[in-house]
Amino acid sequence: MTPTLTQPAAPAPRATAVDVDAAELVRVRDLSRVFDVSKPWLNRMIEREPRKLLKAVSDVSFSINKRETLALVGESGSGKSTVAKMVVGLLRPTSGQVRIDGLDMWAGGDLTALRRRIQMIFQDPYASLNPRWRVDAIIADPIVAFGISTDRAEIEHRVGELLRLVGLDPLDGRKYPHEFSGGQRQRICIARALSSNPEFLVCDEPTSALDVSVQAQILNFMRDLQDQLGLTYLFISHNLAVVRHMANRIGVMYLGRVVELAPTQDIFRQPQHPYTRMLLDAVPDLAMSGRPRKMVEGEIPNPIDPPTGCTFHPRCPLAFDRCKREVPIALKTGFDRSVACHAVEEARG
Amino acid sequence: MPLRASKPSASAIPVPPQDRWKRFFDSDMLHAFVRSPLVMLAALIAFILVALAFLAPWLAPHDPYDLKSLNLMDSENPPSWVKGGDPRFWLGTDDQGRDIFSTILYGMRSSVLISMSAVGLALLMGVSLGLIAGYRGGWVDTVIMRIADIQLTFPSILTALLVDGIAQAVLKGSQLGNSHYLILVVAIGLSYWVQYARTVRGVAMVERNKEYVQAARLIGLSSRKIMFSHVLPNVLSPVLVLATINLALAIITEATLSFLGVGLPSSEPSLGTMIQIGNKFLLSGSWWMVAFPGATLALLVLAVNLVGDWLRDKLDPRLR
Amino acid sequence: MSTPVLSVRNLRVEFPTRRGTLVAVDDVSFDIAPGEVLGVVGESGAGKSMTGTAVIGLLEPPGHIAGGQVWLQGERIDTLPPEKMRRVRGKRIGMVFQDPLTSLNPLYRVGEQLIETIRTHTDASPAEARKRSIGLLEAAGIQGAARRIDSYPHEFSGGMRQRVVIALALAAEPDLIIADEPTTALDVSIQAQIIQLLKTLCRERGAAIMLITHDMGVIAETADRVAVMYAGRIAEIGPVRDVVQRPQHPYTKGLMGSIPTLEMDGGRLLQIPGSMPRLTAIPNGCAFHPRCDFVFDRCRTERPNPMPSGASAVACWLADPKNGSPRVDREATAAQAKSPT
Repeated sequence: MTPTLTQPAAPAPRATAVDVDAAELVRVRDLSRVFDVSKPWLNRMIEREPRKLLKAVSDVSFSINKRETLALVGESGSGKSTVAKMVVGLLRPTSGQVRIDGLDMWAGGDLTALRRRIQMIFQDPYASLNPRWRVDAIIADPIVAFGISTDRAEIEHRVGELLRLVGLDPLDGRKYPHEFSGGQRQRICIARALSSNPEFLVCDEPTSALDVSVQAQILNFMRDLQDQLGLTYLFISHNLAVVRHMANRIGVMYLGRVVELAPTQDIFRQPQHPYTRMLLDAVPDLAMSGRPRKMVEGEIPNPIDPPTGCTFHPRCPLAFDRCKREVPIALKTGFDRSVACHAVEEARG
Repeated sequence: MPLRASKPSASAIPVPPQDRWKRFFDSDMLHAFVRSPLVMLAALIAFILVALAFLAPWLAPHDPYDLKSLNLMDSENPPSWVKGGDPRFWLGTDDQGRDIFSTILYGMRSSVLISMSAVGLALLMGVSLGLIAGYRGGWVDTVIMRIADIQLTFPSILTALLVDGIAQAVLKGSQLGNSHYLILVVAIGLSYWVQYARTVRGVAMVERNKEYVQAARLIGLSSRKIMFSHVLPNVLSPVLVLATINLALAIITEATLSFLGVGLPSSEPSLGTMIQIGNKFLLSGSWWMVAFPGATLALLVLAVNLVGDWLRDKLDPRLR
Repeated sequence: MSTPVLSVRNLRVEFPTRRGTLVAVDDVSFDIAPGEVLGVVGESGAGKSMTGTAVIGLLEPPGHIAGGQVWLQGERIDTLPPEKMRRVRGKRIGMVFQDPLTSLNPLYRVGEQLIETIRTHTDASPAEARKRSIGLLEAAGIQGAARRIDSYPHEFSGGMRQRVVIALALAAEPDLIIADEPTTALDVSIQAQIIQLLKTLCRERGAAIMLITHDMGVIAETADRVAVMYAGRIAEIGPVRDVVQRPQHPYTKGLMGSIPTLEMDGGRLLQIPGSMPRLTAIPNGCAFHPRCDFVFDRCRTERPNPMPSGASAVACWLADPKNGSPRVDREATAAQAKSPT
């Protein structure tokens, strides 16, 4: 490995915004996204159905400091991947803001300088590499697209260095993706993501398609990379144990909302939101420690037609009248942590 | 999202030819090909027929276009091995004294050229429109696919008649002479593009949602660039299959159109016109005028079809 | 001792290809006792699913059983003609797959499929079969079963569908359930419910389960015994508590250490160097030896078979009593064996 290879890109001109903390890289405020999932116009007219809207993400706010890993955990339909897409610039938010280093991602204007500082690692290492492209061309794509270099020899050299950095052979660049295993493919994806010298990586379930022993290799490697290159991660996962291993802070999402946001130790030592507790109880007890667990109940409601008030109330052991009526807002419950729950607010937990 | 002008492609890193050859010789395709004698035979026949067609000016003993060399005295000669045959004309002659063998070679050349161009046109239109429809989606998709639906309601013969009619009206008879080829190409091409558009659209809609396309969007590549350098290579194998099968169909369509008199005039030899002419003399006992062009057409179409079917089995499990 | 429900002896599955014959399952033997849950765990390419499909006789050609025997309650089933095997599959072996939609016909109501299964394999009347179906759905935790029995599969959520599949698998009262990754497609909070359901239902009905999964967590929650597979062979087989907490095979140790858990404190995960060999290039001797920390000469040349060690059986020369290494000083032997080589 060549530690000298990749330094973070020179910081772009800093915005003059006053409230930007010196260490803060990403700030997301009141981010929401609504999808129109209605049938085509003609069908709606004939069947007399109204438009159907799916609120995938509602008023999500968080910030990520430099060199920090924030994880978003949740089950399917929690909106965690939608948040990732909006943060990285693939999906336009319906409302709310994403600021990277003080620059508003969605305010318009030229984002080229910003884009090369953000990259993404995807879930499926089989779908995230173009099967018809050679690996070296795949890794070189961002270098060429961002105009980082146009010199063939220089690009080739850089691609070789990146391959070595992720633990592959520079000669592997001449092969096609199908010649690699899942873990190796994910390394190629990481090499591609690093080729534009980004400082912020959004990782959307980067290991959930991999075998456990390969997952361990990739997770360890991602942590080493973070230390070595000073990267900042937004880490999306459904697996609490993986997240515990990777994150400094964790946001737990349920049906499009962040229900609890706290430093990693706090989440695991004293989970406050009833949903967080339920998720923890669902994690298999591999050490057979006999940790007391409650059986999980109920299913995730259909996000097109979510329950009123707190969307978790039908499954919540602590639910009462107010939960059915009122959407709880996030309340600060300690240093650097917040919870959106009426029961916690009223200290009935 | 602001889309930036596309930059030179990263696929500028070329695949060294020796790698390509190695991959080709190592491929399961080649292996399977060598293991199926029927397909090998079909491919060989198709190749020989197409080669004969293109080499017609050098191979044919007579030039059917050269009116001076024609002699009405030679008309309706049976094949050389039949009683009354003339050794100069291996497969006999037609009503104008043209050598059947030479005319078949030249006629096949017209047929193959027209069908290939027609398939090429259909491919170009269909692939581009299908790619745009599938990748862009929304109203662009709706408009393109509705046009495709309308196109499908016209059988190719009707399309050809329409194109022919329009061309007749626009061009005066004298100018029409050389545009027969073009009319046939457009008519056949127009009636086949929908299949390509539909196939490509389907694949493009799947590929569009794959993460490698998102990765390409993330680095700010333009839609056009993503469509043509990322998505296009992934839709090509079903297109290749379709093109091979369509080639056989196009040959038949050309023959049909020419037979019906919508295609090439009888002075221009093509397999279709030859069959049409021969057909008239069938009852008078001159069987060779229709039998040999007919057999050639059947053999060519069969060979190309066999290769196409095999390609479909190997390349595109979705179509099975 | 009663006869095992399923007994697999020296099973070998081969795939002839033009580049040579691939051995996907090699010399695999195990028993499942009545009411027992055997977990078969391994990473992709380990041959765990292949073992399952071989047992139920559903190998995709050109794959075939090239050796060994499969016994279901004392009857040999790997040599049965396809027609008879189909009956065995419907009646005596139930199946639950990862994707519930592969087991359910989308065009028929859930009830129709259940009733049909029950009536094909028992002589119940239509009314009786319907009553039994409702009972099964209720037992599978579907609320309002009497009403939902007339729904189509697509009207159920993923977790509910898997419950229906479990009910369907149990409808003919089979002796054995083969569950291949039954919870992989489900959310974490649903997974736990399905595992619990599968376990209690089979226990109540005395059916044995062969549970194939890549998820050690699922195994730890459900299985009585577990077989760990690597490169087509069983690396270690034993009581779940022993294998999970005191793994003996170096591969199992590495595997267990690489799983992030809630109990460990955010340190580095244990990493096995390298990756599982492709079937085209399985190393000589012990297939794991190139990645093994304790490798010594014998491992490179001789292939170990599972040998008893404690309550488990371990396919590792370190567990060979002739190696002079009783359980306690195995580590020492390993270190010793490692240094001179």
